[in-house]
Amino acid sequence: MHYENREYPFRTPPELKGETPGRYPVAIVGAGPIGMAMAIDLALKGIRSVILDDNNVVSVGSRAICWAKRTLEIFDRLGIGDRMLEKGVTWKVGRLFHGDKEVYNFDLLPDDAHKMPAFVNLQQYYVEEYLVDRIADFPDLIDLRWLSKVTGEEVVADGVTLTVQTAEGDYQLAADYVLACDGAKSRIRQRMGLKFEGHTFEEHFLITDVDMPKPPFESETPERWFWFKPPFHTGQSALLHKQPDDIYRIDLQLEFGSDPAEEAKPEKVIPRLKQIVGDRAFEIDWVSVYSFTCAMLEKFVHGRVIFVGDSAHVVSPFGARGGNGGIQDVDNLGWKLAAVLKGEAPPDLLMTYDEERRHGAAENIMNSSRATNFMTPKSKMEAVFRDAVLNLASDLPFARRLVNSGRLSVPCSLEGLALQSPRRTDRGLAPGTPCPDAPLGEGWLLNKLGGEFMLLTVGKKTRDDALAGVKSLHFENHPDVTAHYGDNMIYLIRPDQHVAAAFEAGTDVATLTQALARAKGQAALETAS
Amino acid sequence: MSKRISPEDNLQPHGDEFYELLMKAHEGLDFDQSAALNARLVLILANEVGDLTTLSAAIDRAARS
Repeated sequence: MHYENREYPFRTPPELKGETPGRYPVAIVGAGPIGMAMAIDLALKGIRSVILDDNNVVSVGSRAICWAKRTLEIFDRLGIGDRMLEKGVTWKVGRLFHGDKEVYNFDLLPDDAHKMPAFVNLQQYYVEEYLVDRIADFPDLIDLRWLSKVTGEEVVADGVTLTVQTAEGDYQLAADYVLACDGAKSRIRQRMGLKFEGHTFEEHFLITDVDMPKPPFESETPERWFWFKPPFHTGQSALLHKQPDDIYRIDLQLEFGSDPAEEAKPEKVIPRLKQIVGDRAFEIDWVSVYSFTCAMLEKFVHGRVIFVGDSAHVVSPFGARGGNGGIQDVDNLGWKLAAVLKGEAPPDLLMTYDEERRHGAAENIMNSSRATNFMTPKSKMEAVFRDAVLNLASDLPFARRLVNSGRLSVPCSLEGLALQSPRRTDRGLAPGTPCPDAPLGEGWLLNKLGGEFMLLTVGKKTRDDALAGVKSLHFENHPDVTAHYGDNMIYLIRPDQHVAAAFEAGTDVATLTQALARAKGQAALETAS
Repeated sequence: MSKRISPEDNLQPHGDEFYELLMKAHEGLDFDQSAALNARLVLILANEVGDLTTLSAAIDRAARS
């Protein structure tokens, strides 16, 4: 079923009605998933923002479709997790082919201990639609302006003045902070002349979304099919997986040196698809050709301009680390920016966004580059090794684990970075770990954590662990919680559901207080030893 | 003596890192140079394994393409 893009209206902003709305705490450039999620996270903390987007529709084409567990957990905190889970497709069976031979298949069993699955497939336009709907819950805090193109920015020490172009005229808008969520081709990044260099891969890929009522699989259970050296075309790899509304994503790696425009023509695409899906009826819904670069900015924070998502870092699509990485940027920056704007933390706290998310982006680039290298051998010997791995993978588990068609996006650990206290115990979760979910009978642990700093204690209560101004959460005799968190432990949890510090029960309050000051960026920031 | 090779994944969690190191070692070599590198590597790893039964089983599995 084809998605119909709704057009959102332009509304005359106060600046063009002769009003003087004053300065905004935050201006967000770009109403993609990153920009909108950013505004919602800030609104949940009481921070007002204005979003400016040059377009008036959500994503045209499915684009990012794989949303990983951590992303779903973040979206759940922002209020659209349930809708994504309900609509998204959770695939369970994966099949890996080498030529026309199936090398192995596997069952991705759902983990009952977590609310969210390993990931769901859901078109970017649905995610954006849900975000637009959610934004409507914050009429006093989020001002979403369509058809409003930012054409320039004047950056001074304590703020930024943006020039905005609209059909009704240009205007200027001042903000304390500008968040550049304007994507891989960020105009702000270009205008500021920032270096954005990295490794460009020369292969081209052809994405086709196919509308096909009858599934190509043997049963109704959604599957994911991946081919090395597919029999139906001359490229090195191909991928097929299902999206909602009977839309299938088929991703073909094109042969080196082929003409992408030629390959995207229906007369080329349709016969190839028929070889994959047989004589089932289908219609082409969307076609796109892409190549990619792995690159990141040297700094994500440039005074009052902060880069978030693709504007700060781009990766190859294998492992779905683009959109998922960007949402983790949002999760990391939201509470920090809110704390700085409320005067609860020094502006230096924002430098830890830079430290932590550059660390995450580097890890994502490393993983996606490894997958790309495995999938696109650069020499005859690389191809020999790739084929040897696939040969051994039929019966040897180690080789199966070496097969790399993308390592699923998982969040990085923040251990050893400035806000986390050094590790004091080998038990339980290490500082910097993203909190794992656990079933609580009614509801889920992660729905109770996050949004603010919390003290989580697990085990027999011997005294009241409390920190001024910090909410406490206690679990006793709770095997699902202790399975991950250990017993007789005290955790300081960050608003983004990461462990800031972990202690054995009985640790003195002064030590906990010190860890809290460190995690809030109130103590002198230095990298943990 | 029964011949067997390890059903365990002994490389985890370093598989991807190992593969990257291996590919880097081959960078810039022509095919013959790469084959020679592989031969040296096989011999060194055989010595690391040491056990002839294991090596014999590995040779048998590798010979099956």
